[in-house]
Amino acid sequence: MRAFLIRNFLQRLLLLFFVSVIAHAMVHIAPGEPSEVDPANPRMKPEDIAKIRAAFHLDEPLHLQYVYWMRDLFTGELKSFKDSQPVLPKIAGRFVNSLPIFICATLIVWTLAFPTGIHAAVRRGSFYDRGSTFVAYSLISIPGFFLAYLVILWVVQQFGIPVIGMRTFGASEAQPWLRFMDRIWHLVIPSLMSALVGIAVLSRYVRSQMVDVLQQEYVRTARAKGLDNDTVIYRHALRNALLPFITMFGLMLPALIGGSVIFEQIFAWPGIGRLGYEAILARDFPLVLTINFIAAVLTLAGTFLSDVMYAMADPRIRLS
Amino acid sequence: MNPVLHVSNLSIAFDIKGRSTTVVDEVGLYINAGETLALVGESGCGKSVTALALMGLIESPGRVNGGSVKLQDQELINLPESALQDIRGKSIGMIFQEPMVALNPLFTVGDQIGEVLLRHTSLSRDAVQRKCLELLDQVGIPDPARRINQYPHEMSGGMKQRVMIAMAIACEPMLLIADEPTTALDVTVQAQILGLIDQLQKDMNIAVLLITHNLGIVAQHADRVTVMYAGRIAESASVHDLFADPHHPYTQGLLKSIPRNGETGARLYSIDGAVPSPDQFPAGCRFSNRCPLVLEQCRESVPTMTQRQTSHYAACWQD
Amino acid sequence: MAYSATTLDQTNSTIAPPDSPARQAWRILKQDRLASAGLIILAVLILIAIAGKWLTDTQTGFDPATVRLVDKLRPPMASISDLVPTEERPALGFYLLGTDDLGRDVFSRMLQGSVVSLTIGFVAVGIATVLGIFFGALAGYYGDKRLGFISVDNLIMRFTDVMLCFPTFFLILTAVALLPPSIYNIMAIIGLTSWMGTARFVRAEFLSLREQDFVEAARALGLPAWRVLFIHMLPNAMAPVLVSATIGVASAILTESALSFLGFGVQPPDATWGNILSDGKSYIFDAPWLFFFPGFAIVIVVLAFNLLGEGLREALNPKLRSR
Repeated sequence: MRAFLIRNFLQRLLLLFFVSVIAHAMVHIAPGEPSEVDPANPRMKPEDIAKIRAAFHLDEPLHLQYVYWMRDLFTGELKSFKDSQPVLPKIAGRFVNSLPIFICATLIVWTLAFPTGIHAAVRRGSFYDRGSTFVAYSLISIPGFFLAYLVILWVVQQFGIPVIGMRTFGASEAQPWLRFMDRIWHLVIPSLMSALVGIAVLSRYVRSQMVDVLQQEYVRTARAKGLDNDTVIYRHALRNALLPFITMFGLMLPALIGGSVIFEQIFAWPGIGRLGYEAILARDFPLVLTINFIAAVLTLAGTFLSDVMYAMADPRIRLS
Repeated sequence: MNPVLHVSNLSIAFDIKGRSTTVVDEVGLYINAGETLALVGESGCGKSVTALALMGLIESPGRVNGGSVKLQDQELINLPESALQDIRGKSIGMIFQEPMVALNPLFTVGDQIGEVLLRHTSLSRDAVQRKCLELLDQVGIPDPARRINQYPHEMSGGMKQRVMIAMAIACEPMLLIADEPTTALDVTVQAQILGLIDQLQKDMNIAVLLITHNLGIVAQHADRVTVMYAGRIAESASVHDLFADPHHPYTQGLLKSIPRNGETGARLYSIDGAVPSPDQFPAGCRFSNRCPLVLEQCRESVPTMTQRQTSHYAACWQD
Repeated sequence: MAYSATTLDQTNSTIAPPDSPARQAWRILKQDRLASAGLIILAVLILIAIAGKWLTDTQTGFDPATVRLVDKLRPPMASISDLVPTEERPALGFYLLGTDDLGRDVFSRMLQGSVVSLTIGFVAVGIATVLGIFFGALAGYYGDKRLGFISVDNLIMRFTDVMLCFPTFFLILTAVALLPPSIYNIMAIIGLTSWMGTARFVRAEFLSLREQDFVEAARALGLPAWRVLFIHMLPNAMAPVLVSATIGVASAILTESALSFLGFGVQPPDATWGNILSDGKSYIFDAPWLFFFPGFAIVIVVLAFNLLGEGLREALNPKLRSR
């Protein structure tokens, strides 16, 4: 297994390299040939192009451009166009803001999706199964912001739960306990909204995995041994069904980053998605490219972690 | 002497798309302690379904539609699930056709065998561990101390089947159901596994229900035979009587189809036609559309089971 | 006497020849009520879109761009103000779905939107499917061939992995924002970033199909590679592609609406359901119809595609063949 993991890790480093190359290449799609101003693109003014050329050393040959970018990125030299602040600290700060939503959303998704999926699989074809299937599909089919606005309207009118920003204005004056509760309240709706699609998708996967596993021979063997239903389902079937989800773990992060763009905009949450959006609006290339790159890095790290966990959990891989 | 297993008039139906199709129709058989009954028939004739029904493992859309299954004197049909769970693994053990997939890949062999013991006995964990090692030895697995902590994928097919057998006999059941235990294994391993079952039967005086489509296995390892065709019993006799003097035309056809040494150049016999699917069973005798000795009566009414000799029964209008 | 195993196989004793796989799949699909509903909705949608294209392009009564400031923010079923000159009146005689903040007839805009949204969906998915099939087929069929130090399979799969590393929506947003705004760019970008799933499926199918006898036979007959790949092997691998494509259209429509929300979707005055919805968000309280009509339209259509896609997955599932 160790050889497998080392090889995996090295492969990912290689992928990381290519990811950085592609992230860097993005600066080249935008202004076309940097020496021209494309009259059809109202977003590229001559001073923008000049800025880009300077920041990315576009006068240099291609591979040097890449090297400069990487160097600037890691030394903190790469600066945002908007306020000339180093890029990495900005991203780090906003990422920390987004983290509570990511964590909460992930927790909500996993806590709700698994029981729903398992229950639907065990009672396959029942009203619960078909009902939850329909609800799941409906959730996947609603545009995120449409649902978010509907929920906001309803929630604010009915319950008074705060939906703007991370904390109520002036709350920093209050006692720590109130401040904490305030933060939690502000967290509820954005996390929930971010989680909804994840719940729908994951519960479908869980269901189909469980259905597959329940048809396996070893489930029948377990029953033939006289084990009771709960043991058969939760000890024998579930563990096998759950195995592939370890790999999904790593893929949740890019989904969250992607979705955060919309939700952070709606809820005025100062997180990494909003940072990216603002950067795009401002044509702040250093920031945009770096965010894309960082997101990809996180994905690679996440999937690597998943692979490690899967290798540890599945004896067929662990012992090969 | 009371038979260990006595099945009478067992019927099993499947409800699919609003229609109810009877797949097993009024099947009866019995097995005494220490005896091996072979249940023979083509794929799809209903033998595996019958076996599952004995354990109460028929799941929707199938259901038992009547009849009785008696384990010693206890009626198993309509027994509540919790009582059935006490019987499965303890009084009845079952091994399945594909050992490659019948063991849970995520648990060690020791865990899986131990599970049966923990469920049905009050042995301590240490005692269970010791018993597992004994069982592995008993089923002929070398180096049990090492094997007990291995996972199924680290073992060969034959060894996995031995583990299945160990699980099935762990609690010394009265009845062992072996559903085509060697079909998925190499021929050399087949002989070993069947030999093992024979040995265990002798040691523990178990009644064995051996389900197979292989007449060679029947001849070598069974005491009595029951032949099933299209969900009904065609003939039932001791192995010797069946091979020496088959009464049912289906059995006769089966025996004629076996290629024999020395008959070179002759055309291989095969029974005309094909097995009908459950929704197309002919009225009357189900074999009537393929039978070389068919009478008008055969097409109209289902033949009753009549006794031909001592312990030799057949369901045919011909004598 | 040596007894050998008499393996007696069950043969199908029905007289009629078995249905072709396509017909079997159709039969199963029809039985799935949700999927059938989806199919019907989509058929209706396509008809509406075709009619809509003709109506909005040719008939002045259905022109989605006509601005009538006199009649702005009129509710659904509202009558037309007398101040509106005849040539600017909507053909139906009243505002079926109301008007927006510029007095444009929402019904006509929705009609135009249906065409544009569907077009974006189909073209984007078309691009993604073609790319996916191309890469997947090459990786699956030529996988072992080496180009220097790396095998074809490895090369293509690593490339796929790299593309999968980027959060898709963010990537799309970045690309769309950097390029000149146009519907073609949007379609192309969505297509260029969603081929990876299809590529994986096709590769998996081709890897297993490659070993089958009919491929050997085709090669032995001297057929050129492209024929073997695309005429013999591909039809057998289409099942996951179709499923992916159907669900992909749904996803493309949602992506487009998200892009519109962020201001990077199709630009005015062209209408898509996404941008009507996005414009409508400012008027939730004053003119809720501007928000809810496009929103529910999107939900219904996307749901229909998703249900159809899932129905196709069940119907085309090889594990459940010959039912």
